[in-house]
Amino acid sequence: MKKYFILLLMLVGLGWGCNDEAFLDKEPTNILLDDQIWKDKSLVLSVVADLYDRVPEFQTIQNRSEFAIFDEAFASASGDYGKHKNQDYSYGDWSNWDYGLIREVNLFIQKCGTADKLDPADKARFLAEGRFIRASIYFELVKRMGGVPIITEPMTYDFSGDPSYLRKPRSKEVEVYDFIIKELDEIKADLPDDVNVKSRATKGLVLAMKSRVCLYAASIAKYGANTPTVTLPGGEVGIPAGLANGYYTKALAAAEELISGGKYALYKKKENLAENFSNLFLDKANNAEAIFVKDFKLKSGKVHGWTLVNQPWSQAEDLEGGRTNPSLNLVQSFEKLDNTFETFKTTQANGDYIYFDSPKDLFAGRDARLEGTVMVPGSVYKGKQLDIWAGFMLADGTVIKGDNFGARKTLPGKSAPEYVVGWDGPIDNLEFSAQSGFYVRKYMDLAVGSGQRGVNSEIWWIRFRLAEVYLNAAEAAFELGNKTKAAAYMNVVRARAGLVIPLADADITFDRIVHERKVELAFEGHQLWDMKRWRLAHVIWNGQSTELTDKPWKADEVSTRVFGMWPYKYYNPGGANDGKYVFRKIIPAQVTNAHRFRLGNYYSDINTTIRSNNPLIVRNPNQE
Amino acid sequence: MKLKLIIALGVITGFLASCSYDNYDEPGSQLKGKLVYKGEAINVSYNDVTLQLWEPGWQKKGQINVSVNQDGSYGAMLFDATYKLVIPKNQGPFRSLTNAETSSDTILVKLNGSQTMDIEVEPYFMIRTPQFTVSGREVTSTFKAEKIITGTAAKTIERVNLYVNKTQFVDFRANVASAQLAGSSVVEGTTVTLKATVPAITPTQNYVFARIGLKVTGVEDMIFSPVVKINL
Repeated sequence: MKKYFILLLMLVGLGWGCNDEAFLDKEPTNILLDDQIWKDKSLVLSVVADLYDRVPEFQTIQNRSEFAIFDEAFASASGDYGKHKNQDYSYGDWSNWDYGLIREVNLFIQKCGTADKLDPADKARFLAEGRFIRASIYFELVKRMGGVPIITEPMTYDFSGDPSYLRKPRSKEVEVYDFIIKELDEIKADLPDDVNVKSRATKGLVLAMKSRVCLYAASIAKYGANTPTVTLPGGEVGIPAGLANGYYTKALAAAEELISGGKYALYKKKENLAENFSNLFLDKANNAEAIFVKDFKLKSGKVHGWTLVNQPWSQAEDLEGGRTNPSLNLVQSFEKLDNTFETFKTTQANGDYIYFDSPKDLFAGRDARLEGTVMVPGSVYKGKQLDIWAGFMLADGTVIKGDNFGARKTLPGKSAPEYVVGWDGPIDNLEFSAQSGFYVRKYMDLAVGSGQRGVNSEIWWIRFRLAEVYLNAAEAAFELGNKTKAAAYMNVVRARAGLVIPLADADITFDRIVHERKVELAFEGHQLWDMKRWRLAHVIWNGQSTELTDKPWKADEVSTRVFGMWPYKYYNPGGANDGKYVFRKIIPAQVTNAHRFRLGNYYSDINTTIRSNNPLIVRNPNQE
Repeated sequence: MKLKLIIALGVITGFLASCSYDNYDEPGSQLKGKLVYKGEAINVSYNDVTLQLWEPGWQKKGQINVSVNQDGSYGAMLFDATYKLVIPKNQGPFRSLTNAETSSDTILVKLNGSQTMDIEVEPYFMIRTPQFTVSGREVTSTFKAEKIITGTAAKTIERVNLYVNKTQFVDFRANVASAQLAGSSVVEGTTVTLKATVPAITPTQNYVFARIGLKVTGVEDMIFSPVVKINL
């Protein structure tokens, strides 16, 4: 009994003895608290870095398969063939409604505003960055959904049982654009004007983004007239046509302020213009063209697999590659050096093939951006020539081909088997082979090991670069009727690509503007938004299975299926053309349906859960 | 052994019997009908025109989408209730008529057992007297376009097409041969001729299906003539 009494006494003593304040009120070791963060500049930077990283994006080098959903590329991966078999895009595609993220950014802005232990200059910069991130998110939202509720305070539920006071209706589309422009104008002075700051907001970035935002608003106002049903009576979708010129003027002014600032310059470091163009995306040292990037770093965990998943099979460093095959639709859009357009000629007037000594000859004499963007048959990657050829063509027109990379067969009149198809294909239905006849080059890392799963690539993803700003300026100037200025800005970009014969004022047309963005900005995630704002998406992806256009300069040519161009080796022992190359235009076997972009796709579906939770949200047009 | 079997059987019977307790009956009343203009069916492309049925009174809002078939017919299995039937704005190559009962384009449907209900709409154009003839592998079609909606709401023809396909789904997506004429060269009320040559079909079949489509400027969905089977 006495034993228990002593034990009890000891327990009471223990309980009494400890200091409750210190014992029970411990600081967590796995998270940082507000007052710890808001006194340390480097910790705030970590918070803002996380927010930068979470701004939604669509087609990026980390999201390879999305490049194949329109007509830029064929997806040579068995899991993605469905992209070429679908007819309609879902109304929910590309939708985004991440108000959780907006709340976090609003909290960041609120807390930054009340922080009193930071250096005032740092504080102003962080505050501006928070507002830049919020403006970027709203830009992503308005591109996808049209007008959305503008929330600039972190909302908090009071647990009263009635959350309806938190419901906000959609703003007008034009109000969201105006909000973004106003935010950009207000933060400009608080950001550094430094060309070497690439992955954080700068004054240059604000100007570049402003020119893009204003251009989008302007073209929706102008070309929205072509789709009168893509509007809502409350203005949540659609911008009045009368506002177009005002936005074009602002877009031009912002672009010109950046260009005349002189801090940024087009990338011109290599003598070979194609190499120069592809290097623009790879060179992270003193690259004065890049304005805003998402950066990566080897051995840090922050790497990406663009090179891994797209590397040519013949020199793959791992057991995969070749997934993004640029389409002939894109490849034939690159013009000739005399500023004229021509589809690829593969046959002579008498119906016979044209015979080429090298497969590369077919693609010679064109815009240097072609080979800077695309690996064509016969071009070189990582110092080695690609091996793209689909088989042997005999004199009677029959084809001998294999069904695996570098397959071997015995040709007629010979006794030993030999290779009858290249180590890169193309072979229909064989993933990782160049099923369109091409591989992608843009953003393909040249570093050894970049094609290995365990290493990957640290090439950055450029979100804004100076050439786009030039094209923004050209487009805005053209729409404002100043063709001289439009031609001048466009010629700067074209000269860098080897198109040194300048375009005259009279050459600048809407078709030219559309075309220039297509070839300059391919695989940079612009296509969907551009086609939406010009209201061209439902015209060029109209669901009809048409042949490949022979007018690659026209903006509104139907392009619903991706085509390819396959080289064959001509086999005619003793003949003059033996061993030369012939080409055939093909459509990959997996391309079975035509894309159709319906009017309801212009603004993504706001789903029923969102609309049930907040009945003030009106539905986007043409989706029922 | 026998006892175990009996217990097992009993458990299985119990499972099966309880299904009827756990599940609702499936909807048993069918609402069906056609989209018509003065009794004549409106032909559209499949999966493109939908009707909405709303049943008021539930906590969450969500419509039942009913797709209209190629020949303008629709059908849905439903529970007995009162529904609001709406043809959403900008759907179909027509405009909705104002319903006398609701003074809007909403139609009240009091469903009590299966019901057939044709929905009267007003198309922008109708395709009149479509005729198909064939010589060799060339399909020739003639028709007249009639403008139904006139006045300020009138719209123009963007294009007319002849579509030929090997299955009975025939439209701009599904065709093996087609011909097109711009709307500017179509005069209302006069005969228009379109010709298309049918390519070789594998596996060989000696018949095709054809119909004529008309696209109205500024309207997404096309209006068609009825699908006809043509022997080659």
